[in-house]
This record gives sequence, structure tokens and C-alpha cells, in this order.
Amino acid sequence: MRFGVVVFPGTWSDCDFHYVISEVLRQPVSYIWHRESNLSSYDCVVLPGGFSYGDYLRAGAVAGRSPVVEALPEFVARGGLVLGSCNGFQILCEARLLPGALSRNESLQYRCQYVHLRTENADTPFTRAMRPAQVLKMPISHGEGKYYCDGATLRSLREKGQIVFRYCEEDGRLTKDANPNGSLENIAGIVNEEGTVLGLMPHPERAAEKAVGGMDGLLIFNSLLGSLVEDGTFLKR
Amino acid sequence: MTGAEPKVTKELALSHGLTAEEYDRIIRRLGREPRFTELGLFSALWSEHCAYKHSRVFLRGLPTQAPHVLQGPGENAGIVDLGDGLALTFKIESHNHPSFIEPFQGAATGVGGILRDIFTMGARPIAVLDSLRFADPRDAKARRLLEGVVSGISWYGNCFGVPNLGGEVGFAPEYAGNPLVNAMAVGLVPRDRIFRARAEGVGNPVFYVGAKTGRDGIHGATMASATFDEGAEERRPTVQVGDPFTEKLLLEACLEAMATGAVLGIQDMGAAGLACACSEMPARAGTGMEVDLDRVPQREQHMTPYEIMLSESQERMLLVGTRGREEEIRSVFAKWDLDAVEIGRVTADGILRARMHGDVVAEVPVKALADEAPVYEKPVARPDWQDALEAFDPLTLPPVPSERALLALLATPAIASKLWVYRQYDTQVGINSLVLPGSDAGVLRIKGTPKGVALTTDCNARQVYLDPRQGAAMAVAEAARNLAVSGARPLGLTDCLNFGSPERPEILWQFKEAVAGIAEACRALDVPVVGGNVSFYNETLGQAILPTPVIGMAGLLENVEARATQWFQQEGDRIALIGPDAVSLGGSEYLWALHHRAAGRLAPLDLGLERRVQEACRAAIEARLLRSAHDCAEGGLAVALAEACVSGPAALGAAVELPAADEREDLGLFGEGPSRVVVSLPAAASRAFEALVGEFAVPWRWIGRVEGQRLAVRRGERVALDVAVDRLDHEWRSGLARHLG
Repeated sequence: MRFGVVVFPGTWSDCDFHYVISEVLRQPVSYIWHRESNLSSYDCVVLPGGFSYGDYLRAGAVAGRSPVVEALPEFVARGGLVLGSCNGFQILCEARLLPGALSRNESLQYRCQYVHLRTENADTPFTRAMRPAQVLKMPISHGEGKYYCDGATLRSLREKGQIVFRYCEEDGRLTKDANPNGSLENIAGIVNEEGTVLGLMPHPERAAEKAVGGMDGLLIFNSLLGSLVEDGTFLKR
Repeated sequence: MTGAEPKVTKELALSHGLTAEEYDRIIRRLGREPRFTELGLFSALWSEHCAYKHSRVFLRGLPTQAPHVLQGPGENAGIVDLGDGLALTFKIESHNHPSFIEPFQGAATGVGGILRDIFTMGARPIAVLDSLRFADPRDAKARRLLEGVVSGISWYGNCFGVPNLGGEVGFAPEYAGNPLVNAMAVGLVPRDRIFRARAEGVGNPVFYVGAKTGRDGIHGATMASATFDEGAEERRPTVQVGDPFTEKLLLEACLEAMATGAVLGIQDMGAAGLACACSEMPARAGTGMEVDLDRVPQREQHMTPYEIMLSESQERMLLVGTRGREEEIRSVFAKWDLDAVEIGRVTADGILRARMHGDVVAEVPVKALADEAPVYEKPVARPDWQDALEAFDPLTLPPVPSERALLALLATPAIASKLWVYRQYDTQVGINSLVLPGSDAGVLRIKGTPKGVALTTDCNARQVYLDPRQGAAMAVAEAARNLAVSGARPLGLTDCLNFGSPERPEILWQFKEAVAGIAEACRALDVPVVGGNVSFYNETLGQAILPTPVIGMAGLLENVEARATQWFQQEGDRIALIGPDAVSLGGSEYLWALHHRAAGRLAPLDLGLERRVQEACRAAIEARLLRSAHDCAEGGLAVALAEACVSGPAALGAAVELPAADEREDLGLFGEGPSRVVVSLPAAASRAFEALVGEFAVPWRWIGRVEGQRLAVRRGERVALDVAVDRLDHEWRSGLARHLG
């Protein structure tokens, strides 16, 4: 499976994703500079964490209008998969590839910590290796991760199974305490209607080795690998 | 603009912080009166901050050599060999003065400055640590400073993308007018790709790269070389403004440009900006430099040559390239949307010559600026307060009931969990962090090797205040011990020596004694000093800070799988105490937190024993016998045990039995002394452990077991302490937040 990891000025999880994909998954991977717009040689494009363009406007706002992101709708229409983590999730929302927005954490402080996530939809190319309602442990690291969308969008997300991860307690209960940033309905990650674009605030690449951060993030990568069928297209939902 | 420059007089020189003698010296050296810009250059380069005028004579006594030291003091940062073709570069630096005036930007640019020192060496930064000191956070001003500093560090480091691996936060009223913000950065560099800050090769182009120059930070170095009075806030314009995004671009662009082979030397424009880089780089190489200031990228209009040379605008570097390969350098910086402008060239005549609008505005021998600042050996005098401090006997005070004392100690801001601080820092980017903040040292893996590095910063300033020589030696010993209990062998240290005004003999005595103590400990423990920073003048209205020589230390784990953390792991494990029995309540956290006294004598430090204790711990960890190891520091044995109970992922209790003794309960439980470590191990490893520690000739004893949900300590037949672990946990976790209101 051919992965491309996008590098914006200010991206910092690019090397971590690259390392996990090449050294842990043993899959082909290359970096994609933000000025590129030809994505034809990739099966999955990763938008990593960081502070693209310094996030001095709104987080992800400038990157959301970059050549590489403007090429994503066509890439997705052709059947490509997109994984946006942290700043990548913010960029996907800014680019309207995912609904809603991410705003300043309710604490008004940056948060780097482990969170528990409940798998709300185990039937996407990103979650196929998980059991429904399986609880995962992964780190977050962000200052603007409070998910918000309007009521109609929220209803639609729920009805179409687009809410993929919610912050929860270790035993899976959804509580206010388990919500690290004040996200609406504890939402930590969502997909598009087709299930081919995932945005999540946690960092799966920081939980892909036993020695560093645990193995739960690897389930997302394994789901991706398991979703690729031989002709180069993906199992849809 | 040059026509409008003020006339240089002795009065003007004095107002620049130079002394009358220094001004005369400049005139003698130049053979004429300096021009206005030249006066600015001397005032910055000869400031205490840049020239170490008062400290140099004492610093000569520090050991800086070892076979694995690739770069000692004198460069942007020190470098030690890690083997496998890799090297570790690290340095600590203060940003105290700016952080008092503007805590957010002051702290942020402190992190930015030290990161640049690391990547100018060709290294990719892999960690930062920070050592902070404030007054009691219940005080509104101290709280505002703490919150501002932490959010500034968080903002800069997180945006830049470097994990924060630890550090310390300490509190004492003496820091009310002078908080300390010391930032340490650590980088990894292939041994054969180390860069140095040298302007080699006559005729080679000099590039200005990075952010544009503005009027911010002019005379920052001079500000950091004076004490504060009531008008300190008016100096806000001398504080620089940081841009971590540009710094991240600068990092990537510099490393990429270095990889082309077209870069010969590079230096950060930090304190004293262009003035410093344009004189130090040629001075190190025995060359000169010509620069055309009209070509310096500027973001403000009508800047004078004086302002351009002295600006401390952030995120800038001076780079010397190979003539003929300019385009390779330019194209890398263009890719990262950064300025890379050829502003001059390397010359043979040893002169820094700056021109603007065709006029020569400065023409000064680089050595005069960089190497010929006066060195002072000012008088020192043992302060008259020392006798009373040493004469005080803590045992004349009534003991506090053990349970109450322990709960109070765990909740003091000095001991309580610092989660409130470090949860605001990215601790994991880079996916190398094996031990996160919250243990005795942070540990990183080195990808592609079985190795790891352990990092710590330490200084118990109250101990240094009571006995500067032994207290500073104890700071070195504690840092090395924190590495040893993590499984690492120290490779080198970087020190950030924070003191009051060296013009006061008492303060200079503290400094002299502390440096001597550091040197003694370094020799005994075989830890070279590879770099550091002196921050004098931490005084406001005559009130000096506690002498605070912060020790940053890096160590190597040959096999990072064999490491230890401070918390108990497993019910049923045996607990042992390695180290001497000698402790004292003098200078202890107990004495401070419960009696509000900072006085008394310290427990003795035996550096030979210290070394053997550390070797024993390291050997036991390398043999994979230990499940935890924790240094006994502030709060003594009782607090070390409590921390081992509550600081891990799951709280565990302990049943501890100490031999009966006639000494007071509080002395045994809360007395502090060096060279003491609490370890836990599976019962099955007991024999092997006994044999191993026996080889190191260190005192040690079994003291109990990990069990239940209470911390119970018996002294012979007496119950000295018996508290539920969840109460300890609550006090320890909520203590700092409660102080912050």
C-alpha cells in the first residue's frame, strides 16, 4: 500500500508517520511537499500533526487552501483514502472535506496526555481491525481540539455513522471528565459520508510500538492495510 | 542616518553599562574615540552576559575534558560522543530578565534561543527541559509569572515540534523580583556532520538567513547585565518577540543547507545579534569580516547601523558558505520561504568592518570585541549571615506529627506533582520518549541503535544558600544520581549559574564556592562540563535570589531496555534503601514547609560513596534486577516512599520497617541527605541483588515490601506512619493546582 505523508511548513508529525509506516508497517511511503498537486501515485494520503503555517490564522486555515489539499477532493473521488490527525483533522475541516470545526480547548491550555477512545463505528477502512465499542488508548497533543458542528450536522453525523471515535473513560463510559478539550458529544474523530476520509485529534503514530505509547494506534494502520483489496481499490463500508 | 548619531562621550559609554576604565581601554585599543555604532558593539560584547567578565576567572577551575567530549565550552553548545557514529549536543541557558518583564515572550524566546544553539551545530533537537523558579504561587504576581512562563514555553516548544522531557519548578520568596527561566535543549548529530561557528576561508560569502531584523531586543544583553529597580517594566521593549513557526522553518532549512556541503560555519544571532555573530565567528577562525548593513533584511524603516547591529530579533542565523556555491544555499532557503541574503564576506585582516550607505560605520578588530573584554577578579567575602545559618539547630523546633507533615509536604508546590505544568507541553513528538516527565529523569531512545539517553536538571537552591560549595556539589551529585537511577551513565553536564550581583563580595563568594563545589563533584563523579551560562544580576532592589547553579546533565544507556522509573510496580516486591543513614533537617523541605525556616547544616556529602551508590544502582538496573529506583531528595525518605507509591500508573502501598533509633521521628522520616536511593525488586532477585550491591561496598538494607493500599512505616516496635495511599495521592496530585487557586 503506497502512503504519502504531506509536509506543510510547520508540520512535525511527518517524520513520525513516515517512521511508523516504513519501519513498523514495512510499507512504501514518501513525503509530499505542500506545493504538489499530483497524488496519483498514492493509495493513502496522511495529513500529519503540527502547526502548519504556524497556525497563526486559525489552525489549519492556510494549509486548507494549499495546492496539495486542493487536490484531495479528486483523490478521494478516485477512491483514495485520507487520514488526518491533529493538525490534519483541523485542515480537513478547514478544507470542508469533513464537516464542523475545531476550536480552542475549553481549558484554554494546550493538552498533551493519554486519552481513551471508544470506537463508535468499526465498519470503516480505518477501524475495520477493531471491535465495535472497543476502547483504545492514544495520546493527544493540541491546543485547538474542541470539536463543534451545528445541530443539523450533528444529527446527520449520528445517522450516517460518521462519528468514529469518542473520548471515554477506560471502561468505555462517556463522561465529561474523559473529554480533554470540551468537544461536542466527546467527539474525537469523524469520517466523511463515504467513510474514506478520517479526521481525528489523537496521534495513532505515537501508539504504534509497544515500547513507545502502546499498540492501539497501530489498529488504525492495520485496518487500512486490511481494507486494501488486490486491484488497488478499497473495501468501502 | 549616520550623520544624526550622538557624539560618543564618556557619559554615553557609562550609560551603555561600560565603566570609565573599560571606556579608556577601548580608546587605547582603537587608538581613537569609538564611533557610535562601535560603542554599541563594545557595550554588548563586553557586557557580563557575553563576556563573563566577573565569572571567567572562577570558571577556569571546571573540568572540561574527557575522551568522549567532542566539543567543550566556547561553542554554541557542547558535544559528547554516543558511539555508533552519533553525538549528543546540549546546552542550558537563562532567560531570567526578559521573563520577569514579559513572562510569555521572555520564556518563549528563551526556548527559541537555546534550540538555535543546538541546531547551529548541525543537530536536530530531540528534547528540551526547563528549570524554573518563582516565589510562592499563592502570591498573585508569582502565579501570573508562572502561568505566563509555562504557556510561553508550551507555545514555542509545541509549535516548533520538540518534546519537553522534564526539568524542575522550585519556589522561594527570594525569586519574587527575579524568577528564573533556564531552558536546556538537546540534539542528535552524526559525528562527522558537526558544524561550528567559524568564519573560515578568506573571500567566502557571509549569509544572513532567517527572519528580518527589527528594533526588538536592542540591548538585551546589556539589560541582562544589570540589576532591576522599580522601573523594570519600562524595559519591555528590550524583550524579543518569538516566532516558533519561523524557527521550525529555519531548523529545516539550516539542516537541509548543511547537507548540501556548501555551508562552512554557522552561528545563531542570539544575545547581541549581528554584533556578536560578526565578531565571534571570525575571531574563532582568525579571520575578519566585512558586512554591508544596507543588505540586512529589515522589517522596520530607517533603522540605524547601531540598531541593526544590536537588534536581538529572533530566528536569525549568520552563515558562511563556500564561494561559488551560493546558489545551493539560496535555493534551500527559498524553498522554506526564508531570506538568505549575502551581506558580506570573510576577510584576512582580522577586522569587523561594517558599512552603511557606503560609509564605514564600524571598523574594529574582531579579537578586541570577542576575546579582549576585561577579566575581573573582584573581591569575595564570606557573608556575615552564614554563621547564624550554620549555627541554627533544627532540632530545637518542636516536631510536627508525621502524618500531618507528610501530607503537607506532598502538597507543597516544591514536591507536589508538576502535571499542571507538563501536561501543557508536548512530551512525545518524535516518538522517542520512553520515560516522560514525572520520574527522576526523562529517557529517549536513539532510533536505529539499542541505546538511549537520560536527561535531567537539578538544583536545590536552599542547600546552595546554606553551604554554596557543598550545596552545588550536591546538585551535581543529584543530577548524576537521577541519571543513575534511570540506568544511565553521565556523559557531561551543562550548568546555568544564576546568582545576584557579582559586584557584591558576598554574592561573588557564593559564586566562587559554588563553582568550586561543582568542580569537585565533577572530578569525583567523572562528569565533564561541556558548556553553560552565567546569569548574574538576579537582584531587585538589593534582594538577590538564592544562589541557583542549575545542573543540566545527559547520560547514556547502552541498552535502553534496561532502565528504571521511580514508581513501585508490583505488589510483593521487596524494597531496599541504598546509601548512608546520615540525614539532616537543615535546609530541608520539612523545615521550610512546616516551620518556615531555611537554616541549619547539611548532611555530609561523601563523593566517593556517592559514586559507588550510583554505580551500584546502574549495575543493578543493567542486570535487570530492579523494578524501580528513586532518589531520596526533598522531603527525605518518607516523601521518596510516598512518591514511589503514587507517581506511577497505579497507586501501590508499602510496608516499611526501619531499625529502632533514638533519633527524632521527623529526622528519620523527613531528614535529607545525599547518596540515598529507594529501590524495589522481585523477591526472586534478592540473592542476585545482595551479591551485586556487596561488590560496591555501599551501605544498604532491606526496608520492606510493596503491598496493600497504605504506606506504613515502623521504627522497631513503634508505628511511625500509617496513611492510606489515596490520601497521599490526593495531596500530591492536587497540591500545585491548589496553590495556583
